[in-house]
Amino acid sequence: MKKRTQKRTLVKIRNLDRLFDVSKPFLNRIIEREERKILRAVDDVSIDIDEGETFALVGESGSGKSTVAKMVVGLLPPTKGSIEIDGIDLSDKSKIKELRKLRSEIQMIFQDPFASLNPRWRVEKIIAEPIRSFALEKNEKAIIAKVAELLTLVGLDPSDGRKFPHEFSGGQRQRICIARALASKPKFIVCDELTSALDVSVQAQILNLMKDLQDEFSLTFLFISHDLSVVRHMANRIGVMYLGRIVEISNSKDLFENPKHPYTKMLLDAIPDLEMSGKDRNPIEGEIPNPIDPPKGCTFHPRCPFANERCRKEIPMPIKSDSSIITCHGVEEGRIGKE
Amino acid sequence: MFNKIHDNIFRALNSDFLYSFKHSPVAIVSFIVALTLVLGAVLAPFYAPHNPFDPATLNLMNGFSAPMKPNQFTGEVFLLGTDDQGRDVFSTILYGMRISLFVGFAAVTFAMVLGVSLGLIAGYVGGWLDALMMRIADVQLTFPGILVAMLIFGIAKGFTPIDQRDQMAIWVLIIAIGLSEWVQVARVVRGATLVEKNKEYVQAARLNGRRSGGILIGHILPNVLGSVLVIATISLALAIIAEATLSFLGVGAPPTKPSLGTLIRIGQGYLFSGEWWILLFPAVTLLALALSVNLLGDWLRDALNPKLK
Amino acid sequence: MSEILLKIKDLIVEFPTRRGLLRAVDKVSFEISKGEVLGIVGESGAGKSLTGAAIIGLLEPPGRIGGGEIIFDGQRIDNLSDEEMRSLRGKRIAMIFQDPLTSLNPLYRIGEQLIETIQTHLSMDNKQARTRAIELLDEVGIPAPETRIDAYPHQFSGGMRQRVVIALALAGEPDLIIADEPTTALDVSVQAQIISLLKSLCKERGTAIMLITHDMGVIAETADRMAVMYSGQIAEIGKTYDLIRNPKHPYSVGLMSSIPAIKGDVKRLVQIPGSMPRLNNIPKGCSFNPRCEKVFEPCYVKRSPLIEVGNSSVACWLYDEEYKRVKAK
Repeated sequence: MKKRTQKRTLVKIRNLDRLFDVSKPFLNRIIEREERKILRAVDDVSIDIDEGETFALVGESGSGKSTVAKMVVGLLPPTKGSIEIDGIDLSDKSKIKELRKLRSEIQMIFQDPFASLNPRWRVEKIIAEPIRSFALEKNEKAIIAKVAELLTLVGLDPSDGRKFPHEFSGGQRQRICIARALASKPKFIVCDELTSALDVSVQAQILNLMKDLQDEFSLTFLFISHDLSVVRHMANRIGVMYLGRIVEISNSKDLFENPKHPYTKMLLDAIPDLEMSGKDRNPIEGEIPNPIDPPKGCTFHPRCPFANERCRKEIPMPIKSDSSIITCHGVEEGRIGKE
Repeated sequence: MFNKIHDNIFRALNSDFLYSFKHSPVAIVSFIVALTLVLGAVLAPFYAPHNPFDPATLNLMNGFSAPMKPNQFTGEVFLLGTDDQGRDVFSTILYGMRISLFVGFAAVTFAMVLGVSLGLIAGYVGGWLDALMMRIADVQLTFPGILVAMLIFGIAKGFTPIDQRDQMAIWVLIIAIGLSEWVQVARVVRGATLVEKNKEYVQAARLNGRRSGGILIGHILPNVLGSVLVIATISLALAIIAEATLSFLGVGAPPTKPSLGTLIRIGQGYLFSGEWWILLFPAVTLLALALSVNLLGDWLRDALNPKLK
Repeated sequence: MSEILLKIKDLIVEFPTRRGLLRAVDKVSFEISKGEVLGIVGESGAGKSLTGAAIIGLLEPPGRIGGGEIIFDGQRIDNLSDEEMRSLRGKRIAMIFQDPLTSLNPLYRIGEQLIETIQTHLSMDNKQARTRAIELLDEVGIPAPETRIDAYPHQFSGGMRQRVVIALALAGEPDLIIADEPTTALDVSVQAQIISLLKSLCKERGTAIMLITHDMGVIAETADRMAVMYSGQIAEIGKTYDLIRNPKHPYSVGLMSSIPAIKGDVKRLVQIPGSMPRLNNIPKGCSFNPRCEKVFEPCYVKRSPLIEVGNSSVACWLYDEEYKRVKAK
């Protein structure tokens, strides 16, 4: 286990909103007399990520976790709010030079190892792309040496650089993606469902590799996943998202041992029991509502066994305690969590 | 360097592509027919009995010779007979094919360059630019392609000085056919671009500081070329037929430099007076050429489509 | 032991390719008793889905059954004609696929699809069939089935759609349901609902299930017995409890310990080096030998038959009496 002696906030996300216009084309709207439809994919999200830690965002489909990831790396502009990495605001156009340098220090690894590699490029060219693009090495010889070093680092052979992506298995491709992400010497890597396309035995290899790399290069990870067991294995702190909002942020240990928000409890309860203890589970009713037309008040209230009148009307505000943030009226009032 | 070439040859020989070719009799026959015709046309000046474009070599007395029969005046024998001006039909077909193929290839190249670049830009940039280009394409698609080509041909002809018209005719023809075919290409490329640009390798390239131009040319273009290749082959057959149609209607290649279409137009005048060979042989050649290229295109589409494997 | 419903013996599924015949399923044998849930786990490409498709006669060409027998309720079904297979499919053996969207026709109301399926298999008039359809929807937990029966598939959420698919599978009152990754496309919270639904429905009706999944958790929750498949072969088969608590084949051992735990200390994950071989490159002898840390001589020569060890059967030479003696010396 790594000790975090001094905490320095590397990523500061403040009141992030992202809206998507999902309405029909202009003419259809006029003919069918429909109003514009706006999808609020991310709603008032604030997160601090410390240097060297792994922060995980968990949630089910439609929770907005991948949208947050894309905004943090700059693939998608936020509608509102700010993202500050290493003290530089991503939207600050006056610092073009610093932003370009910062860009090389932020990387992302995607879910689908088949779509994330250009099928027509040799692996060596794929891995060298960030090095060439950011002009990190002086000459071609240095680039070749660097690519070989990176391939070895992720557990592949330098001669694999001559091959094309289709010659590799899913796990090996994900290693190539990791090598490409490391090529620009990043400080901060966003992993979006890193292992959800992989088989369990390969998942273990990749997760171990990521931990080793984190130790070696003191990397900071934002880990996006729907798989709680993976998240528990990787993260120091965890944020749980539901319908675009963060419902709970807590230390990994606390979250699993003492979940506070009813949704977190539900998620933990839904993990199939591998211990075969034979305990009976009561799966919670209902499904995620349509994010275009979310419920009023606390968005979780239709599925929450503790919901009352206030939950149906009033949007809960985040309550900060020692190490956690919870967005729930019930917890605030002390109705929930006293067992 | 040598290693690289060796690698590529080895990969090509070992590929599924070649395997699929070897196991498709239609593809093999089409390929042989098309190759023979193309080579025959390209190498025509080296072996054709005479040059039909050169009036000095013609003897009007040789007119209307039947195939393989000695001419009643001169006693000369012509493989496929002669036409009204005593031109050897075999040679005119060879030289006509040169014009047909040249117009076909040039028109397709023009349509590809235009269609691929506009399709890439429309698909990648999106927004109003995409909407504008695709609406223009839609409008053009509501007219038959041949009509568009005739229209463009007619307008262009009006702007060319009379003494240069015959010379310019071929180039105008190329542009007219190219312009009538870019839409199909642009649509296919735009569709493929829309698919590719949302793939994660493109996002990774963006994250790595690549500019749009670099991403378009380095990443997206190579991945849409497969579908371009298929449509190019099928377009080639279409362009050859379009050229023949235009020439047949008298708005294409001039009679002094006849293409296959021009030859068919000349020939159809003699169909009912017994000189069937003047029409039949150019028509059969056109059929063989268009059909073999088209069948090759069909096979290519299947071979490159992973879903049909 | 209760009556055997399905018996598979030395099943081979093969694909003719230009590089020769590829065996995707290589001599797989197992049995399913009436009312039993058999889980089949394995990584992608292990041949688990193809085994299911072979049983129900839905192998996509050029894939074909290259040998072995499939005996369902005492009758050989691997050599039935298409017509005979069709009358068996849906009525006696039903299938649930991973993606509920592709199993439902988007152009028809779910009621129409249900009634059609019911009438193909049971002789009922329209009114009876409709009543039966509403009952089925009610059983799979769809609220207000009387009104929802006239909705189109797109008007349902993912979880509700999978419930409709289950209702469709139950419509012919089959003896066996082959469920291929029935929860993979669903959200975690919905997965749990669908698993418990499948379990309770089959218990009530005595329907056997062959549950194909890569998710060990789902198997642990549902299956009575389970089989672990690796590159087209069964590595280990036995009672779920024994197999999960005490796996014996080195591959099952590696597989179980590579799953991140949700309790206890966070430890470094045990990893199996390498990856499953491609079909055209399966090593001689035991196909797991390049990744196995306990590999010894016989593993390179011949693949082990299934050896009974306690309640499980394991295809590993480590458990062969003769080699055990040799090793002990």
